Amino acid sequence: MMNRFTTALVTLVGLAGAASAQTLINGAGATFPEPMYSKWFSDFKKLHNNIQINYTANGSGAGITAVTAGTVDFAGSDAILTDAQLKAFKDKQGFGVLCFPTVMGAVVLTYNVAGVSGDLKLTPDAVAGIYLGKITKWNDPALGKANPGVTLPGKDIVVVHRSDSSGTSFIFTDYLAKVSADWRAKVSPTGAAAVQWPTGLGGSKNEGVAGLVKQQANSIGYVELSFAIQNKMNYATIQNSAGAFVKPSLESVTAAAAASAKTIPDDFRVSITNPPGKDSYPISSFTWLLIPEQIKDASKKTALTDFLTWMLKDGQALAAPLTYAPLPKAVVDKEVKAIAKIK
Amino acid sequence: MASSAATVTPARPRGRASLLQRAFSGDALARALTFLAAATLIVITALLVYELWLGSGESRAKFGFHFLASSTWNPVTEDFGALPFIFGTVVTSALALLIAVPFGVGAAIFLAELAPPKLSDGMTFLIELLAAVPSVIFGLIGIFVLVPALLVIVPPIKDAFGDNPPFFLSGPFYGVSILAAGVVLSIMIAPFIISVSREVLLAVPRDLREAALALGATRWETTWQVVVPYARRGIMGSVFLALARSLGETMAVTMVVGNNPHIVRSLLASGYSIAAIIANEFAEASGVHKSALIELGLVLFALTIVLNGAARLLILATAQKGASR
Amino acid sequence: MKLSFRRKAVNGVMLCLTGVCTVVAVGLLFFILGYLLVQGGASLSWNFFTKLPTPVGEMGGGMANALVGSAKVLLIATCLGVPIGFLAGVYLAEYAGGAFASVIRFITDLLNGVPSIVVGIFAYTIIVATTKQYSTLAGGCALGVMMIPIALRSTEEFLRSVPGSLREGAMALGATKSRTIVSVVIPAAIRGLISGMMLNLARVAGETAPLLFTALDNRFWSPGLNQPTATLPVVIYNYATSPYPELHQLAWAAGFVLLAMVLIINITARSIVASGFSHKTR
Repeated sequence: MMNRFTTALVTLVGLAGAASAQTLINGAGATFPEPMYSKWFSDFKKLHNNIQINYTANGSGAGITAVTAGTVDFAGSDAILTDAQLKAFKDKQGFGVLCFPTVMGAVVLTYNVAGVSGDLKLTPDAVAGIYLGKITKWNDPALGKANPGVTLPGKDIVVVHRSDSSGTSFIFTDYLAKVSADWRAKVSPTGAAAVQWPTGLGGSKNEGVAGLVKQQANSIGYVELSFAIQNKMNYATIQNSAGAFVKPSLESVTAAAAASAKTIPDDFRVSITNPPGKDSYPISSFTWLLIPEQIKDASKKTALTDFLTWMLKDGQALAAPLTYAPLPKAVVDKEVKAIAKIK
Repeated sequence: MASSAATVTPARPRGRASLLQRAFSGDALARALTFLAAATLIVITALLVYELWLGSGESRAKFGFHFLASSTWNPVTEDFGALPFIFGTVVTSALALLIAVPFGVGAAIFLAELAPPKLSDGMTFLIELLAAVPSVIFGLIGIFVLVPALLVIVPPIKDAFGDNPPFFLSGPFYGVSILAAGVVLSIMIAPFIISVSREVLLAVPRDLREAALALGATRWETTWQVVVPYARRGIMGSVFLALARSLGETMAVTMVVGNNPHIVRSLLASGYSIAAIIANEFAEASGVHKSALIELGLVLFALTIVLNGAARLLILATAQKGASR
Repeated sequence: MKLSFRRKAVNGVMLCLTGVCTVVAVGLLFFILGYLLVQGGASLSWNFFTKLPTPVGEMGGGMANALVGSAKVLLIATCLGVPIGFLAGVYLAEYAGGAFASVIRFITDLLNGVPSIVVGIFAYTIIVATTKQYSTLAGGCALGVMMIPIALRSTEEFLRSVPGSLREGAMALGATKSRTIVSVVIPAAIRGLISGMMLNLARVAGETAPLLFTALDNRFWSPGLNQPTATLPVVIYNYATSPYPELHQLAWAAGFVLLAMVLIINITARSIVASGFSHKTR
């Protein structure tokens, strides 16, 4: 009995130590780019079998908290890091954190209304009104005005939002703050990853919101474009700042970034919601990888910088099939130079 | 009961004694080793309570007792209050009890008084297996079976009241709701009520039943007016036990309750519970937010301790009262 | 004395109702089992047991890493929880004096009453935050802490159930106290002890909440003990709350596997102990 027990114990300890040959990197954060990141990290592993980058999508807020605490090696976030968060990181770790844009995506308003297919048009006031709880029925005139040919039912609008701290929420509330004075006054003057939602059901992560909208009749929620497409859900056309109704797509997201691409700041923190331009989709955004300025483990540092280089070159080509917009060339060039900042 | 009663081996080593036997060969060593284990238990528990107290410090300092009375939960302004979650936890558990107690006591009566012993044992075995089903499985059934079922069953009932439904059935119904959470919880706690109540009822002395029957009472009258009141305390104990279990349930609740951090009047509205919000927000929280979540955990812990303690006392009281089987 | 019709009717109706309650309770178990069998059994495939998860939106993924991850976490939990619980139970049953015994029992009840999510917070604070690493070890420790009080209680109960005559007989033959425990008392209670440990294992096998902030999740294999790992309950939760039908199918299949495993352990544990014992197991 003793011998079998010790053999088992030794084997276990042996297994525990077997990890040495691989570089194991852990990241956590945004669900917004999850389809993209899971494809990238899976493909990157096929190319470099000894580098395993494990990304857990549990929301931008969780990612920022984890990378600040040091429990993960990097984070994904579509919420722009605030100055306070940057400072908190520096205070905790002793050095700063860098933001690297990876792709651009669109936050779309996906809905599940019987009889209404993919053509719903929403004005900024309509979106704000729905999420403020002011517009409560689908057949409200405010919605009907922009949709003359569509019969909207007289049912209550089931509003769905995020229940967790989310970059997608950040992008959405950033947009709402820009287009609605009411929203600024009642909920939040700037974009925020977590707010007190005036109304609605909470779903956890992009998946949760998509799931709720799919299940609930007469519901509306905000998710990243690829989630709506992968789940064959309808999403709305939104009126942009130039007055045109623009459908979210690769082209309209790319157009949204066009104005800011050349003037993007060195730390890459910029919002592209409600941009100028008649082809721009108004609720677009970059999404970032948050990587500490200093990485003590040399193999992890090399692995991450190798990944970033690959991502900026070959990885961008994989974005379009998943309906994420590749980064503008000006941004890519600037980023490649910025990789050197990781020590 | 102890099956291998015949194997009393005298202390004569045969060949190489096993590790266990050699370790225990010294009485002092054995006592020390086991004492060490008991001490480790105490240390771990003390550490846990200490960490909870420490972690919730920031929140306790900032909000004081007002934390328990405030219904704001705003991560932006960093203003947190426990009331919506205490409310949600209590209401979902109360609803669960409302459903589970009649069913549970009813089933316990059947199993203790009416069913032939073999059938009773067999059915109790199966019901106790229900207690072993993991919470996440109940959540799975909750999302994909119960919520759609409620979406079909509840609207007609609500419509039957026309324009003036009672306050607890008012408002829109999305499936995910306090009602759904209460129903799932009731299924999860029913086995505890059934199992313990059955034990307690079986422990009631036969003479009482026979006396009642001899006086001409029907089976039901005997049970309801004599046996159950006698076992009342033990049944209450089982209810407290079930309540303690339902307060801490996390996964099944968070999957069907709707995650809405507000106090609501209607069972059809979505709500929240303490365990659910910790599960959802802990990973992304830092600073005061995190401290507030840990304080919520402390509140939940305190509630379960009190209930478990009360349960134990009540069950003990009934067990001592009746003659043992 | 003739029984009034009303009393007879009430008698009949109420007794019927109690029967109905019982049938419903038992029926629920079969319903859950059956539903999982139908939904999950259909999705069980070779892929399920051998493949890793695929990128979001792609088909053909499996749960091989979650199955192994759960096994590792449970192994660690057992190595932590069972020895401490068992030895402390031995101490309580055989050695402890009145006052200290009450203290131990009280503390055990305290630890037993900790909600599972709070155990998760504890393990996060003690292990993850300090080692700056989500890990299988942290997950295992969280579950292990939950196993201790149950192991202790069941050990104490089964050891106490061994009749005093056995102990006295051994001592009369000259055995020391520790010798008596090892060679007489424990073997006499062994069936109950093993059964108790199995029930304990089955209970923590299904726990999800403590793993959420300790073992986190992993799309790939998790080598060793120091990396985040996928576990069955966490993956079920994540997949069930996602919108993808393929992931829902996988969640059902995993749910079925988990439930089957838990029920098999339970049934085996209970049949190890004679049926007369069953209503003492609490």
